[in-house]
Amino acid sequence: MKTLLLPPHPKERRIVFGNAWTQGYTPDIDCYLNHGGYSELKKALGMKPAEIIEEVKKANLRGRGGAAFPCGVKWGFIRHDDGKPHYITCNGDESEPGTFKDRYILHNDPHQLIEGMIIAALALNVHLAYIYIRCEFPKAAMIVTRAIEEAHSKGFLGKNILGSGFDLEIYVHQGAGAYICGEETSLIESLEGKRPYPRIKPPYFPAVLGLYMSPTIVNNVETFCHVKQILRIGSEEYAKMGTPGDGGTRVMCVSGDVMRPGPYEIPVGGVTLGELIHDVCGGMKPGRKLKAIIPGGSSSKVMRAGEVYKMRVKSAEGEMIETDVPLLDLPMDAASLAAAGTMIGSAGVIVMDDSRNMLWALNNLNKFYAHESCGQCTPCREGVLWMDKMTTRMIRGEGIEQDPATLMNVADNIAGRTVCAFGEAASWPVQSFLTKFPEEFGVITGK
Amino acid sequence: MDTHAANTIGNRQVDRIPTELLAKIDEAVTHYPVSKRSASLPLLHLWQNHFGYIDDSGVRWIADRLELEPINILELVTFYPWFRQNAPGRTIIRVCRTLSCAMAGSHELREKFCKASGIAPTADSHHGLPTSPDGKYSVEFVECLASCGSAPVCLINDDLHEDVTEADVARILSQYS
Repeated sequence: MKTLLLPPHPKERRIVFGNAWTQGYTPDIDCYLNHGGYSELKKALGMKPAEIIEEVKKANLRGRGGAAFPCGVKWGFIRHDDGKPHYITCNGDESEPGTFKDRYILHNDPHQLIEGMIIAALALNVHLAYIYIRCEFPKAAMIVTRAIEEAHSKGFLGKNILGSGFDLEIYVHQGAGAYICGEETSLIESLEGKRPYPRIKPPYFPAVLGLYMSPTIVNNVETFCHVKQILRIGSEEYAKMGTPGDGGTRVMCVSGDVMRPGPYEIPVGGVTLGELIHDVCGGMKPGRKLKAIIPGGSSSKVMRAGEVYKMRVKSAEGEMIETDVPLLDLPMDAASLAAAGTMIGSAGVIVMDDSRNMLWALNNLNKFYAHESCGQCTPCREGVLWMDKMTTRMIRGEGIEQDPATLMNVADNIAGRTVCAFGEAASWPVQSFLTKFPEEFGVITGK
Repeated sequence: MDTHAANTIGNRQVDRIPTELLAKIDEAVTHYPVSKRSASLPLLHLWQNHFGYIDDSGVRWIADRLELEPINILELVTFYPWFRQNAPGRTIIRVCRTLSCAMAGSHELREKFCKASGIAPTADSHHGLPTSPDGKYSVEFVECLASCGSAPVCLINDDLHEDVTEADVARILSQYS
């Protein structure tokens, strides 16, 4: 796998990526230990579980998988001594188009993830944990499995970890090519050996009724790594790097029509979209202009170049005022992108230039969702196929005048009518592409 | 693969389970102390990695090993795109189909892989992988491989190839001959 050993861009602050990008760094445990590895585990062993959770809360860590749910709040749902077995599962099913950060952690720095998980297990009273890795990362599964064995041999895993009396086993569980398994309840069904149909919430909130109907915390790969980093840096310093309520750094994955695509670890809200594209990623390709940005993985709503958003910001006098913020001035954080009507999601930023046809791009995404719908809920199972068929015939020049309206109608009837958020994920591209680029959908008709 | 021939005694995968595979299966089951059913996916992976695909006898054997009904295993084989019921080529080329890779030319790349290995580019992978007549290569489209920053990418057996151009195809194919 290609590893970027470029020095960090001045806008970057590599924390989770701190080790793996160092020249000569390898995924084996000796290298990790030489870089201070497992010292936060030792620190955590001297803390009370509630103190660890409190640190994560104070750090304002939000989940890095896509939903940006406050991690400490999620952990707070677990009652430490309820007498039930608790589980944690790490979501390494990285499949959201445009997202490619966890792959680097799993391949290059597996011990950071394992250490984060052991700390989480201490906080949540967990003795059995799984790392769900998509099977398209076969080498990652081998690397992480080996890292688990190494951690065992050093006494960081297994019975009586470092003489503390605390036991934990972690196993790797490989997926089998289904995007839906990134949805946490689907991941749990898959881990139980079933077809991965998402569970309905309520009642099946994983923290209440998760794996084997026991309280379970599902966190993204990057999220667990941040837990380790919070203990290293301290929650106060960590929180300061981000914005209020959204602490630390996050890895932004930029792909598409920029000069230097790649994963960049940047303090939350530390760059605007314009700085990310033009400064960090070296700008658009020669002679090309920005046309559209999908800011948070393919499911997030597309943004059009030149758009201006109404946002509430703090004035110089400290009052909240409404102001106009152009697209490229939007800070990359969950709140700003939500205010702009889209989401930071998995921070998978797909940039498109003026050579791109939006109907073609939407059709590509429609095919993705048509392939990946699990088929449990009728609106999604049927609707995504129809959306794909319609954009496919529009591309062929066989569309009919009503197609854009029908397409929108189908999308409107999927979103909000399914068990899981896949319904929204599949509808938002259609709704936003049609709304933002109507001129590209009305003219290509055969009749 | 002729399913009738595959199911005759002696031709079934179940008649050819080596002891190393049995050992790996026994080990995998220990990873799931709460529920053996959880070992379904790991056992299917081990089976497919060894035999190349999963036949009826494999479905029944795995179900039996985990004290499940065959349908509990078959429904996984038919749901998950990774599992196959037919023999693939010796080298499996999975080209990423999704947006960032498509923008970087992955559709043209897949076509080139197909042509260079003797597979009809129109072949769909709904009923078994499109495979070259000499049995050397299978080529299929897969959804996002999570390496969008080095598009276009393809996964060949266990190896990720990044920033692949059409000019690389002949060299890559010869690497796996």
